[in-house]
Amino acid sequence: MNKEEYLKLVKKHEPKEKRVENTIYAFLIGGTVGFLVEGIIQVLMNIFALSRIDASSWTCLIVIFVSSLFTALGFFDNWMSKGKAGLLIPTTGFAHSVQSSALDYKREGLITGLGSNFFKLAGSVILYGILSAFILVIVRVIVFG
Amino acid sequence: MIFIWAFIFAGLMCAIAQIILDNTKFTPGHVTTLFTVLGSFLAFLGVYDKLIATCGGGATTIISNFGYLLYTGALEGYRMYGILGIFSGLLSKGSVAIVGAVVFAGLMTLFFKPKD
Repeated sequence: MNKEEYLKLVKKHEPKEKRVENTIYAFLIGGTVGFLVEGIIQVLMNIFALSRIDASSWTCLIVIFVSSLFTALGFFDNWMSKGKAGLLIPTTGFAHSVQSSALDYKREGLITGLGSNFFKLAGSVILYGILSAFILVIVRVIVFG
Repeated sequence: MIFIWAFIFAGLMCAIAQIILDNTKFTPGHVTTLFTVLGSFLAFLGVYDKLIATCGGGATTIISNFGYLLYTGALEGYRMYGILGIFSGLLSKGSVAIVGAVVFAGLMTLFFKPKD
């Protein structure tokens, strides 16, 4: 085996190993977020005697507040890139996208910068979420009555 | 038990998202949008209610829950007020996430400066 062949072999195997590593990372971090959220829900249910739905809503607000605060303080971007999809798929990713686009465009002015770019990254989630929910409800109403 | 399921379900969804990110040209924006639509589709199939019952916080913390809330809000609106209820009810439950993100991000942007 000469040097070129060896380098080809290395290239072939390198990204795959990282992919497995990334997936395990995402699983562990995402699972930890789910675990912690369930913990907060249980604490709220037991201390304030809330129903499960109310406790989930409060927990959602807490998660959004914490990730907004951490993004504003500056170290959440680093966490996001290290945590991969583990922090992207939970509500933390949504809050982080809103907060980071808000901070980035603040210097371009309050209306033309902050106002018009506020939902730059989260806009697609809201748009396609509303569209798909609307269409699916129409389908359900027509099919099942 | 619900803690273990919360861990497994949230972790599994994140792992699937990471596999999609690594193996396709999709950006994080594509993946979060995909999972939101998936959430409303699972709600349409009636699966998501059961997922929340078994996985608790694991199911309510991921972005698919947003799609689920939009769908159930719209369906409840239809049952109470008919066609107009779809429009008025669609955001009724998902409002928590949107208003929360807007209020917290808006207020913090006024107090904090971008780092770089």
